[in-house]
Amino acid sequence: MTILLQTIDLRKSFGDTRACDGVNFVVNKGEFLSLVGSNGAGKTSLVNLISAHLTPDSGKILFEGNDITRATVSERIKAGIARSFQIVNLFDAMSVFDNVALSIFSRQGKATYMATLANHDRDVHDETFEVLGQFGLRDKSGFFAGGLAQGERKLLDVAIAYALRPKLLFLDEPTSGVSTHEKTQIMDTVSSIVRVGTVTAVIIEHDMDVVFRYSDRIVMMHEGSFLADGTPEEIKANKDVANILLGAPLSA
Amino acid sequence: MKAVSPGSIRSRIALLTGTATALVILALVPLVVGLYQIQLLTYGLIAAIAALGFNILLGYTGLLSFGHSAFFGIGAYAVAFLFRHVGIQSMELYILIGVPIVAIASALFGYICVRHTRIFFGILTLALSQVLYSLALKLFWITGGTDGLRVARPTLLASLISFTGPGAFQRFLTSYYYYVLVVFAMCVVLMWVIVHSPFGKALQAIRDNEIRAAFLGIRIRRFRWLAFLLSGTFTGLAGILWAPLNGLATPDVLYWTFSGEIVFTALLGGFRNFTGPIVGGIVYTYLKTYAVATTEYWQALLGAVLVLLIIVLPTGIVGALSQIARKLGAKRTP
Repeated sequence: MTILLQTIDLRKSFGDTRACDGVNFVVNKGEFLSLVGSNGAGKTSLVNLISAHLTPDSGKILFEGNDITRATVSERIKAGIARSFQIVNLFDAMSVFDNVALSIFSRQGKATYMATLANHDRDVHDETFEVLGQFGLRDKSGFFAGGLAQGERKLLDVAIAYALRPKLLFLDEPTSGVSTHEKTQIMDTVSSIVRVGTVTAVIIEHDMDVVFRYSDRIVMMHEGSFLADGTPEEIKANKDVANILLGAPLSA
Repeated sequence: MKAVSPGSIRSRIALLTGTATALVILALVPLVVGLYQIQLLTYGLIAAIAALGFNILLGYTGLLSFGHSAFFGIGAYAVAFLFRHVGIQSMELYILIGVPIVAIASALFGYICVRHTRIFFGILTLALSQVLYSLALKLFWITGGTDGLRVARPTLLASLISFTGPGAFQRFLTSYYYYVLVVFAMCVVLMWVIVHSPFGKALQAIRDNEIRAAFLGIRIRRFRWLAFLLSGTFTGLAGILWAPLNGLATPDVLYWTFSGEIVFTALLGGFRNFTGPIVGGIVYTYLKTYAVATTEYWQALLGAVLVLLIIVLPTGIVGALSQIARKLGAKRTP
């Protein structure tokens, strides 16, 4: 297996709270990885550090072997790291079409074009509809993003990140706040797209049913560091994981 | 909320016919009204260009500038200096030399201001414009101080049309109206393309959700800077057009209350609509002129209008009209 992303002794504290306490995180190419752990375990902080939403106190981040610890958000996106957000983060006053099209314009370096009409770009138009089709949002293309139902908003959030054609896609709780039925729908869509598109995906997820069903590998965080790392079967058999998930104290 | 964004062929046709009708009406106006009205409408079109420029920042990028008087003023004084020191009297040269000057000034101001957003941005623009205003007052041997600088009637269309002899003033006003109308139409088309370009979409994305826009790989600060540059340049062009009509470049167009008037204009028309600032510019020009003519307390009158506007028509004239149109349309097709 090829290593796609690696963090070396990554640290980040907020006051006395250690959000990331020397994290050595490895993501292999092509895997579907779940990051689990209770609230405040440091999952989102880790993703924020990797996506340049936060700056680490110390440590290194390597992507495809290159040190990207000091790279800006846009440089990391260009390198191939994209993310969605825990709280849905869309352009509500813009159409569903424009939400996705803007990702494509940005990726193609066309976002600074001032003298061409956005709706007249055939390439971007076709690709936008292709992505919307993959996410089952083709019929909604003319709607304002703010007018979508919660499940659709979650899908659009992922679609925007996916349209950047990343090598590595972070999804922060892609199924929070939707019904069980919609959860399955979202995860089926996301996982099939990820597998077809040869994207490596890391999701943060609380629903363990979802996690066990879709992941190749599961990493469990607790108080800023890794507690367990393994296949769904290994994680199921791990006592500490079970204790934390049930809220019991650690045996050690 | 079931809302469909514009862009359909029907709305495209409606837009084209609407624009054509408006332009034809504007072109025919001088045939039916007196000189004074022509002059007033010219001022209105110039205010519309200034507001159009202002609104790419407020309406599309979400940045409220309180210093746009600076660019209008730089445009006006650029014309005055070109006339006084270089002896240029051609409107085309005023524009060709003046636009790069206001563009450079906007780029410099913008470079400083877009480091901040919200109130900090507004205060910075205000402060910088006030520096210019006090310079214009203090350096009176260059700027003429409160008296300002005279600008003679320029020739139009590469000296093809010049204005001397009897009736020159009348001929100038009518010709200049058409001149400004053509520049105005070009500005409207240009701005319409810009806000519907990928760049325009990116600005709106930044306005609505800065963080997500950054995570699409859009370099926020650079985009804001470009928007500022465009905004200042359009408003500066309005200043260039204004100076010969006014015959005088005066420091009051550099003063912060003039920036306030530009903000008022955008609010009046509705800054969430493309046409809002255009309507606002024209309506405000009439409103102010008649308020001044009616009462010496015209500022109080305008203040009252502003308060009423914000309470009753928060989306401005165009916003309110389009809401009414939408309601009527919904009734027609249930």
